Amino acid sequence: MKNLINLILWKVALGVLTLFAVSLIIFTGVQMLPGDFATEILGQAATAEAVAAIRESLGLDLPAHQRYFAWVGDLLTGDFGTAFSSGRDVAELIGPRLWNTVFLAGLTAMIAVPVALALGLICAVYRDSWFDRAVNFVTLASISFPEFFVAYVLMLWLAVNAGLLPVLSDVDINSTLSERIYLSILPALTLTLGVLAHMVRMTKISLVSLLENEYIETARLKGNSELRVLARHALPNAWAPVANVVALNLAYLITGVVVVEAVFVYPGMGQLMVDAVQVRDIPVVQSCALIFAVAYVLVNLAADVISTATNPRLLHPK
Amino acid sequence: MQWRPELSRRHFLGVSAAATLGLMGAPLRAQTGPKRGGHFRLGVGGGATTDTLDPANWKPFMTSYGHALHGYLTEVGADGVLRGEVAESWEASPDAKIWTFKLRAGLEFHNGKSLSAEDVIASLNHHRGEGSKSAAKAILASVVDIRADGPDVVVVELATGNADFPYLLDDYHLPMMPAKDGLADTSGVGLGGYVLEMTDFGVKASATRFANYWKPNAAWFDSIEVLAIHDATARTNALLTGQIHAMDRADLKTIHMLERNQGIEITSIAGTQHYTMPMLVDQAPYSNKDLRLALKYGIDRQQFLDTILRGYGQIGNDHPISPAMRYAAKDLPQRAYDPDRAKFHFEKAGLSGTKLSLSTAEAAFPGAVDAAVLYQQNLAAAGIEIDVLREPNDGYWDNVWTKKPWCTAFWSGRATEDWMFSQVYASGTEWNDTRWGNERFDELLLKARAELDENLRGEMYAEMQGIVHEDGGVVVPVFANYVGAMSRKIGHGTIGTSWALDGYRSTERWWFAEEA
Amino acid sequence: MTTLLLPRRRRLPFRLTPSAALGVAIILFYAVLAVFAPQLAPYGEAEIVGSQFELWSEAFPLGTDNLGRDVLSRLIYGARNTIGITLTATFLAFVIGTGFGLWAAGKGGAVDRFLSTAVNVFMSIPLLIFALLLLALFGTSLVSLVVIVALLEATRVYRVVRAVAMNVMVSDYVEVARVRGEGLLWILWSEVLPNIRISLFAELGLRFCFIFLLISGLSFLGLGIQPPAADWGSMVKEYSALIAYGDITPLLPAGAIATLSISVNLVVDWLVRSRTQR
Repeated sequence: MKNLINLILWKVALGVLTLFAVSLIIFTGVQMLPGDFATEILGQAATAEAVAAIRESLGLDLPAHQRYFAWVGDLLTGDFGTAFSSGRDVAELIGPRLWNTVFLAGLTAMIAVPVALALGLICAVYRDSWFDRAVNFVTLASISFPEFFVAYVLMLWLAVNAGLLPVLSDVDINSTLSERIYLSILPALTLTLGVLAHMVRMTKISLVSLLENEYIETARLKGNSELRVLARHALPNAWAPVANVVALNLAYLITGVVVVEAVFVYPGMGQLMVDAVQVRDIPVVQSCALIFAVAYVLVNLAADVISTATNPRLLHPK
Repeated sequence: MQWRPELSRRHFLGVSAAATLGLMGAPLRAQTGPKRGGHFRLGVGGGATTDTLDPANWKPFMTSYGHALHGYLTEVGADGVLRGEVAESWEASPDAKIWTFKLRAGLEFHNGKSLSAEDVIASLNHHRGEGSKSAAKAILASVVDIRADGPDVVVVELATGNADFPYLLDDYHLPMMPAKDGLADTSGVGLGGYVLEMTDFGVKASATRFANYWKPNAAWFDSIEVLAIHDATARTNALLTGQIHAMDRADLKTIHMLERNQGIEITSIAGTQHYTMPMLVDQAPYSNKDLRLALKYGIDRQQFLDTILRGYGQIGNDHPISPAMRYAAKDLPQRAYDPDRAKFHFEKAGLSGTKLSLSTAEAAFPGAVDAAVLYQQNLAAAGIEIDVLREPNDGYWDNVWTKKPWCTAFWSGRATEDWMFSQVYASGTEWNDTRWGNERFDELLLKARAELDENLRGEMYAEMQGIVHEDGGVVVPVFANYVGAMSRKIGHGTIGTSWALDGYRSTERWWFAEEA
Repeated sequence: MTTLLLPRRRRLPFRLTPSAALGVAIILFYAVLAVFAPQLAPYGEAEIVGSQFELWSEAFPLGTDNLGRDVLSRLIYGARNTIGITLTATFLAFVIGTGFGLWAAGKGGAVDRFLSTAVNVFMSIPLLIFALLLLALFGTSLVSLVVIVALLEATRVYRVVRAVAMNVMVSDYVEVARVRGEGLLWILWSEVLPNIRISLFAELGLRFCFIFLLISGLSFLGLGIQPPAADWGSMVKEYSALIAYGDITPLLPAGAIATLSISVNLVVDWLVRSRTQR
């Protein structure tokens, strides 16, 4: 147990370091992109005078390092800053969208994770059966199609032709939970198809490789059924790789759903960040990147804890 | 000089929408008269989380939504006639330098405040002055002074006479906002037909009908909602399934399939929007006039119109004045695709064997990359080899446009010849994206602005179009229509041509002809 | 994957299962298309040969696209561009990812901590945004596309390789080699690498798909193959608007990507199984 706590503390420390590095990279990166907020927001209509006026009012004429440290300083007091474009508090801007993103990721995970684990399990037990092959084929096909393509096809089938679901998923603060779920099903299904294959395959591969182990052989020889062998002997050892792949996909669901958000007009964080990058609205970009990084660090921390807690060899290294 | 509506120019931007609507071959339904009610949902192919209620930096999404909230001093009617909206009438001094606007009596802002001259002054000053961050600053650049003359009269003084000034006040950046401590209140309180209800920028914004709206026969819907739907396929699907009732920017790639749908009406507005390929004429080899001519003769405009615009537009003639505008040079011969002549000029320029690069991105205009590929093939037939360089969409206007020697771009056009020419073609102006300059042209520009005789003015503008056509650094292949689509459940009158979506006033002018 | 069975090296079996045979056949088919594209395609890659969106006919077996180019010819040339770039990027990603992964696992300590933290930092930045930033640094050439994709994907490969290699490093035979006095490089090359092949293969199959997708994703950002060259990813995007009208043209490039991905994975599955089963 002491090892586990040490591990968590160590990972948290690394996580903080990661966050700092991310914010520095993002800041430098956006800084290096051509143009700044003033030129991008005015676009074709930019005149030198208007650009200068905007720069001055937002403090963009200050040196970069000065702006960065000012931002970090504010952040340490819990202030995410003010969006250049709307003049609104960034936290206030991000809040509802963060909740939407988490909701969609959660809904998708609630569909995708059980289905993936179950399919992976069945495919491992009945490997090389027609079912295994079919699952293999369908999941592979589904990840080879770009997300927008899957989205369009589902939209055509379930919304335009069948009329079962709405085309647009424009949830807002007034939506009730059931409305929210109804509006979010199409994007959630699209995302499910995108993450399913990876999870099914990794679950199956790690189970299969465990099933080839000698101690499993022994259990089989004792006359245990395949399913029992799997549940009692293989599964406990499979948690680590499965937790890792689930973590990776969860992180993806939170940070990488820009395309799906755009197609379904879903008000999530991805679109917010892309919009902000486009006009170089640095406080918003920084805050989004930071939240994404926190999500990534947390999800991975959870995976590490699960791996370690379920694996005595890692828990008590020689 | 008393300005009366009937004197205004009927041909202002004038190709009627009805003409293009008939083209669809869909049966025109019997229109019932306007009636009240319903919740209108409009899908707009723009909008971002960075949108703002401040009109200084409105983009297409806010422009569509903003017209529901706000009133303007003047309005270009659906029939193309300029009318007063917030201003009841106006007068100009004989040299068109001093304009006096009389405000309509009894107008009320959504917050209950009555309109007075100070509100108008604050609203216009919002875009002026030293620290202005407004994209509309240039529009009001010639204004020297704005002052009140009593509570309902506003006097605007210009540095130089401008007979077109009232037209400029219909620009979408210039809505009337209530004054608060002498500054414009940009919180979305307006004089328009609908009251702001909720905004979630990048997603949607809604508004409900303003009970005290002054126009008796307008703003028919109970409530409206504008949705930002970037993806053209999603926008089309939303229209097909009835989740929205109208949309702008129909996807021209698949428009032939949408045309077949009986429940959908396609609206095509011929405005001043044109696609361009500007070259920096202060850089070799584009400084060579023969090269510019070679490139102008080397583009198949008809193919561009048919393929990229699917016929929704008009052929351009290498100058920015649309055929629909007042002083369009009707006698200027249309330049046609002529590979032999292109080859002749290219060889005359001594550039045989040189490979040029055309920078492009979808950000320039929809279909820009495809257009560049077509152009590449057109030029190949003339023995001119070019590389098509696809640039990132991100930062295109900052990084490529006016920076790369030859690229693709667009101009939404300007309401008047003077405005367009003086902003983009006069020597040394900030927006001159070819860095082209011509003494004779500049001289004519000044003379025409001050000229009151319509015929003389027309002659001067025609000569200027000829100069740009022959010598200018820009290829203007087409004028692109604003193409939108709406459900046949929506009723409407003649559709205005000044901007997309019925001059951006669809929420005010349209109604539900059938239950939604 | 940390507990994968780690058998010693064994010789390749030669017998293909039917599914693996199908996979190999399809891969060979695409390889032939890619190599002999100019000979096989009925028309040029960018040649405008008909009017827009022509239906399937004898002249144009799969119709024409929005500019009037032959879809079949573009699919064939697309095979060449897409597979070439994807293979190069995948290869690079694996070389970089495996190299650093092995190094981290072998050295351990500070090297491992530094590399792993760096990779974590990169992975916690959303892919699309990161690509945008890299784009600003490297420009938009084909070389930069391949390098950016390879770097982004190498971080994912690194994670897998490091995790598996760590397990091998603590195994008895590595211990034995150490005692024998073998150098780290030799141990990594001769003991660790052969024993993580299975995991590498398994990773390769999916990574290949993801790289396909990433490249088509990047083409939306304006980073990618320059027009008028054809690649399957951007062809899917170009045709995708037709889906809404039930047209099957978009399925062609998407199907090409899918069949290739599935074939690669069929072969990978066979490779993995033929090594794990006794």
